[in-house]
Amino acid sequence: MNRVEGRDKVTGQATYAYEYDVEGVAYAFVVQSAIAKGRIRSLDASAALTTPGVLTVLSSADRPELGDTDDPELAVFQGPEIAYHGQAVAVVVAETLEVAREAARTGVRVEYDEEPHDVRLRPDHPGLYRPKVVNPGFPSRTEKGDVEAGLADAVVTVDEVYTTPALHNNAMEPHATIAVWGPDGDLTLYDSTQGPTGHRDITARVLGLPPERVRVVSRHVGGGFGSKGTPRPQAVIAALAARAAGRPVKLTLTRHQMYDMTGYRTPTIQRVRLGADAQGRLTALDHDVAEQSSTLKEFAEQTTVVSRVMYATPALRTDHHLARLDVPTPSWMRAPGETPGMFALESAMDELAIAAGMDPIELRITNEPDAEPGSGRPYSSRNLVACLREGAHRFGWARRDPEPGIRLEGRWLVGTGVASSTYPAYRRPTSASVSVLNGDFIVRVAAVDIGTGARTALTRIAADALGASPEQVRVEIGDSDLPKATLAGGSMGTASWGTAVVRACEALLKNGGKEATADTTDEVGEAADFARHAFGAQFAEVRVHADTGEVRVSRLLGVFAAGRIIAPKLARSQFIGGMTMGLGMALMEQTITDPDFGDFLTDDLAQYHLPACADVPAIEVAWIDEEDPYLNPMGSKGIGEIGIVGTAAAIANAVHHATGHRIRHLPITPDKLLI
Amino acid sequence: MAFLTVQVNDVEHHLDLDTRTSLLDLLRERLRLTGSKKGCDHGQCGSCTVLVDGRRVNSCLLLAVACDGSQVTTVEGLAGGDGLHPVQEAFIEQDAFQCGYCTPGQLCSVVGMLDEGGPSAITEDLSTEPVLDAAEIRERMSGNLCRCGAYVNIVAAIEQAAGVAAPVAQAEAVR
Ligand code: FES
Ligand code: FES
Repeated sequence: MNRVEGRDKVTGQATYAYEYDVEGVAYAFVVQSAIAKGRIRSLDASAALTTPGVLTVLSSADRPELGDTDDPELAVFQGPEIAYHGQAVAVVVAETLEVAREAARTGVRVEYDEEPHDVRLRPDHPGLYRPKVVNPGFPSRTEKGDVEAGLADAVVTVDEVYTTPALHNNAMEPHATIAVWGPDGDLTLYDSTQGPTGHRDITARVLGLPPERVRVVSRHVGGGFGSKGTPRPQAVIAALAARAAGRPVKLTLTRHQMYDMTGYRTPTIQRVRLGADAQGRLTALDHDVAEQSSTLKEFAEQTTVVSRVMYATPALRTDHHLARLDVPTPSWMRAPGETPGMFALESAMDELAIAAGMDPIELRITNEPDAEPGSGRPYSSRNLVACLREGAHRFGWARRDPEPGIRLEGRWLVGTGVASSTYPAYRRPTSASVSVLNGDFIVRVAAVDIGTGARTALTRIAADALGASPEQVRVEIGDSDLPKATLAGGSMGTASWGTAVVRACEALLKNGGKEATADTTDEVGEAADFARHAFGAQFAEVRVHADTGEVRVSRLLGVFAAGRIIAPKLARSQFIGGMTMGLGMALMEQTITDPDFGDFLTDDLAQYHLPACADVPAIEVAWIDEEDPYLNPMGSKGIGEIGIVGTAAAIANAVHHATGHRIRHLPITPDKLLI
Repeated sequence: MAFLTVQVNDVEHHLDLDTRTSLLDLLRERLRLTGSKKGCDHGQCGSCTVLVDGRRVNSCLLLAVACDGSQVTTVEGLAGGDGLHPVQEAFIEQDAFQCGYCTPGQLCSVVGMLDEGGPSAITEDLSTEPVLDAAEIRERMSGNLCRCGAYVNIVAAIEQAAGVAAPVAQAEAVR
């Protein structure tokens, strides 16, 4: 089945947030702070205000009235304090984009009382502390068994530090909002969000409005990868600007501004200690991380939680430490926790295999657990071993000589590597309705399609539940006026929305009427206690230039076990997309912080390198069809995130196999190989 | 302000325009042709790619006033009618997009690229017309970023549209 909105997207008819044709709309442009810490001493917008075409300027000098100011990232313009470089300090509203931009850049003079800032995460940062919980609610620290004794008893050990840099989601569509106040004080926001219902509720609270007075519309969203999971400041700013200007206002962040105001993945400094006996069985696993958040908000990425999920060990300790720096607040980026955590763990497992003289696949299979190591809960299903074996077969792993640094083809050193993937299968309460119209079915749910194929998957799910053909089903999503739904995040969209859609369809068949609704709050709340995760195995072949250190990925294979796959063609694209982002993480992506000015240095697409077409080889994807009765009526696990998990480790392990150099600090740039 | 005439998708426009207006903002904000996307406004992503007099350009880097007398084709005009251009059809069939935000730029870039010919930076033999194989396609399409990571399918779609064999890739369940 092709993407149901495919035609709209290839003809330019799909409408994204900034593109709604709104009568009388004015343009807004944000002014950002030029310091990382301190206070605004004075803010003079008179030059902007006298520029022809400028309608108004809003800043902390006006302290626009808000409702709930608990979220300091959304409580904009409430005071003179500056918590990070690039924080919004003012907004200019004008008749045209050209005027708004120029007036914002040249017409607003801000003077600061600057204080020394602290923007550098380091393992010995004096402010490091253990947060109570890590995203989205895991305990920060767990311990079972005696880790030190397990390490002391081990025949082979690994004790290494792995680091990952700050990374930015960089969805292709910048975060944008059009705010329209109705004559009765109702607010409509056309916004690029991953969750219209949650956006409406949060934004309403911040603005001091009852939720039913706010409507959030997001029919098409140009990617998000977590960064659009919650409302961003531009939504609140647009609403305030529209109120002040007495006109609808459109506001998009620029690519530069996105780096400061839309979240990012924290840098991590991880220490992994592994011990194993002579057969390669783990005797201890210790995984610790230092990471950062802002002074405004605590966001603690769940980096070491993967070690509670992956391998059997009698002694397991996982821990998180956080430093609060003068930086923007980090947030969700595709598989937060799993992505950096599995780079460290799966690199360490490769090092352990080499130290133990074992094949890295056999080492993983040797440590296959019977139950989830951290919790003792049974798995609803777990097919990591099947993924590893199937992948080994497809990739030709049996022919691999484990000796590193010996395969030279021309001037290129060739190597292969493997790593595991994992991602939890969540589900959250959602409502949906289905109605009959001229023999067709209209399915309504406040889901959103950020490129995942949600519209298509829900069409398929509804058609199956109704015994109808997909052509008879029309799915309406992307609007908070539809039945309330959880967000497109945590790879739980399809599972959550799909459950509600199936239940609504079942109710319709049962009542034989014109309409039925469903709310899955009870069903989701009553689910049995299982460890639910998708698993996968990733294989990479790299070529490293012996003279320049350039790394080219020549093959990538991912084999996944993620329940029943609902829309195969689109699922394959999702897996490939995740792996492509993982390739970027492995080889090129990093956001560098400038210690002197305290800002992000590589804050555009010329300096922050995303994988381009020429970086990406033919990627092969396959999956193991799982029957898992403990998930949801579709039997599906989420697939939006697992593709990125493990890719970077597979590539780093392949680089080691090619060159004999172990790169523990991402990204693997040529300078790190020319030593 | 400046006065100019441009043809966009075969429609002639006479415009009085702020000289700071980029071609992209002219299309999106004045002419309401929002098919062309803004991903960076700095010539770094290719989302805004359109054809100007048949050549692919980043419309965010081009001041509209520089297009006086030009013919501009955007994604809305690519098919030249109500149907789909073969490249558009191939994109749907190969699932060569996800969020769709880079897609209009990719499509215009492909159509421009297929008309270009000549060697690229990776062409080894400069004495003959290069064969448009996967490596040449990847090289020539690297000005158009896709954060959803649809490159594998984009290359397959281009091979299909260009008549180089590319069966629709089947992802498979192994059991
Ligand atoms: S918007 Fe023009 S190249 Fe990115
Ligand atoms: S399809 Fe989303 S950026 Fe290319």
